[in-house]
This record gives sequence, C-alpha cells and structure tokens, in this order.
Amino acid sequence: MPAIHVPLLEDRDIISTQTLTREDIELVLDFATQLKASPQPQLLSGKLMASCFFEPSTRTRLSFESAMLRLGGQFIGFSETETTSAAKGESLSDAIRVIEQYVDVIVLRHPCAGAAQLAADVCEKPVINAGDGSNQHPTQTLTDLFSFKEACGSLDGLHLALAGDLCHGRTAHSLAIACAHFNCRLYFVCAEGLEMPQDICYQLRHQGVKFSFHRSLADVVPRLDVLYMTRIQQERLTKVASKEDLEPSCILSPELLEEAAPSMKIFHPLPRLKEIPPSIDHTPHAYYFQQAGNGLYVRQALLALLLGRLG
Amino acid sequence: MSIACPEMSVAAIKNGTVLDHISAGWALSIIKLLKLAEHKREITVGIYLPSSKLGKKDLIKIEDWELDADEVSKVALLAPDTTVTVIRNFEVVDKFSIQFPTSIEEMIDCSNPQCITQREEVTSRFLVKKTRQRVDLNCHYCSKSASLERLKATLAL
Repeated sequence: MPAIHVPLLEDRDIISTQTLTREDIELVLDFATQLKASPQPQLLSGKLMASCFFEPSTRTRLSFESAMLRLGGQFIGFSETETTSAAKGESLSDAIRVIEQYVDVIVLRHPCAGAAQLAADVCEKPVINAGDGSNQHPTQTLTDLFSFKEACGSLDGLHLALAGDLCHGRTAHSLAIACAHFNCRLYFVCAEGLEMPQDICYQLRHQGVKFSFHRSLADVVPRLDVLYMTRIQQERLTKVASKEDLEPSCILSPELLEEAAPSMKIFHPLPRLKEIPPSIDHTPHAYYFQQAGNGLYVRQALLALLLGRLG
Repeated sequence: MSIACPEMSVAAIKNGTVLDHISAGWALSIIKLLKLAEHKREITVGIYLPSSKLGKKDLIKIEDWELDADEVSKVALLAPDTTVTVIRNFEVVDKFSIQFPTSIEEMIDCSNPQCITQREEVTSRFLVKKTRQRVDLNCHYCSKSASLERLKATLAL
C-alpha cells in the first residue's frame, strides 16, 4: 500500500457525521475498499483499543473488536456498566481520563446523547462514537455509504429512500445529512407521526438537497437506486394512527419489488423485525447482510486512519 | 436638563467603554450577563432613550474598563445592533459593531432530558450559527437546538 500523507483524520475524533467532510468520507471508504480487497493483518500491531460499551451492543461492539484483532491490534474494555466504576457513581469524564492512560484509541457507546463529545473534550486520544443515545452513530453511516457505493458503483446523484421511523432513528438522521455531500435525491417514506425532524429538513434544505415526503413505498420504489429500511420500535406504535397507516410505508413486500429497477438495492442497519420479510433475502435486491459485513472494513479503515497507520 | 435644549445629554467618559444602540430594555440583563458590576467601576445606564436608528435604545457606559470584541460578542444574541466604543482620555480609540459568537457557555442549559449534561457536571455550551434568516443555537454535546426566544427569556430581568 503506498504511503500517503493524510492529515485529514489522524488523531481526530469521530463523533458525528455533521463534522465529516466529503473528503473525510471518501478517504474512509477508499481505504476500506483497499482493506477489504487486501487484508493487512499487522497494520495495527502494537496498538490497543478501549471498547467502552455502557449499553448493550452486539454488532457494533463485535465489529470494532474484530476490526482491531484482524489488523493485529488488541482491545480491552467492557460491555456492561455493572462491573465498572460507573456502578460506584464515577463520572464519565473521570472514567475516560483514566482509560485513555492505557490505550491508543477509545470506542464509546453510551445511553446519553452527547456522551461521545464529552469524552472527546476531556481526552487526548482519539474517540470514536459507537452510538450515543438517540443522537449519532457515525460509523453506521460510513458503513451504509460504503455499502451503497459498493452496490451502486457511486454515491453521486443516487435516488435514495429512507423508510420507517424517521423521527427517532439516529441512523436515518445521520445518513440524510451525509448524503447531502453527494447530491443525492432523497425520499422520506413514513407513517404519520414518524416524520424526519424539522431541524434535519431545514439543514438539508439549506444545503440544497432535494427531498420529498411520502406515505407509501409504492410511490417511490420504481424511482430508486437505494431503499434504506429502518426498524419501527414497538413502543413508538402508539403514536402512529393505525397498523393500516403503518404498513404501506414501513413494510416491504415481494410484490412491491416487481416495480423496482433490477439494480435497486435494499439496505437495513439491522436488527430487522417485520419490515423486510425473509422471502426478500434471496432476491438480487437484498444487500443488508453484505452491509453488516462491511462494517468490519469501515471500522478497520477508521481505526487505521485515526492511529496514523497506512500500509 | 435645559428647557431651551430639550435633548437629554449623557456625560462623556474620560476612559472606558460605551455600549450603545442596545435593544431597548436589555441593558440591565447585559450588565448581569457581562458581570460588569463585579469590576466595581462607575456604570451609567440609560434605558429607553430616544434613538434615530432604533426608535428606542438602551446605553451602558462603564468607566475605566475596556471590553474587547470576544467579551461582548455574546451580547449579539440579545441586542444585535449594539455598538462598542472604547475611549481613552476622552478620545475614541476603537469603535466596532458586535459580531455573533461562534459559541456561548453558561448562558442557557440544554433542555434535552437525554443529554449528558443532565447527568454530568459539565458547563453548558451551545454552538451559534447565524444565517440571513435566523440564529441557530445547538447544544455542543447532543446537538439539540435551543430557541433564541428561550435564551432571551432566561436572561431577561
């Protein structure tokens, strides 16, 4: 791998997609592509990652830990707070300031919004936000973008629908903002009560992004390159008018795919419930499991870039 | 005040700072915001003075104290038309309009119940973004927005 001076990401914190430029995103995606094609099992040899998960996670935690190990690095950490000093009432700030003494990079998941930013403020080492409450999940967004590019060839000008719970879904918010860098045409498909928040829409409008609102997947499927489905959390359903209102916007069916372009791909951050029936898994449109697998390479790229290791 | 000359005159200061064109009714809040009384200098305040530019305005003069642009920038959120004049030996040495700050601290708390600032002892901080149409305040930590109206309501005396 050629040596390239890339001052853009080394020692940076990755807290929010809001602070990632198009150049940052392309750098991560390009490097992830290289690592997927040509594994570098010693790239992070001698480096140590803190895996600090203050709330449960399987996919994100395992993919970060796998990413580190498969690049020759190591990790320490925890996946529940009961065994940590948090159970004794220690503040997050204090915990991070101690943990950073032991490691080279911190990956943090926390139930409070803004926790990752606080950690980055008190910490000299790079911090990666692995999800802070309902706020941000930037590595999921990077994984999504990587998968779109892999499936569609390019991100520029994609016709992309976000469907499901657009009000509470942090992945949908992060993804919409990131897509603004690539002149994507966005379609927001959701039932009443689950709309994309106004401040996100305002930001998109301010950036010149074209988007529209729809109540039914059938309205948009024929136009799409990418269909991004998100999970409806059961506890949110009380805010939706009825199941009949929900299904057209949030539940995919094989019949709907008959109207789709052959090249259209379906994505989902997982876990899924009823929004994508298993019968769709074996169609050429399904890409959500490849998407999950791509999280490994994106996180490898991010770790290597933040730790200043290139080849 | 002379009957022959009905304008109200405010005495000049020898050294110090004049904050002029303050939105009417906000002078006392600004004195509190900038903690001007803590300097224990002579302060003159005019409230609801006539103004050809604003109709009505407030005015603050603080003797023997110079405020710089960074220090007064937070005033822009309450009184965006404020001008600052620095005076030495009765001479104007600097005059500028206040600029919006890029961030503000300890002026308002985040109202998001899930924000980390609700659980940790952290100084509140909001990022300020001004466009032609509006002023956005977003929590530095959780990004949730706060309205300028809530900020003003919090700081109004």
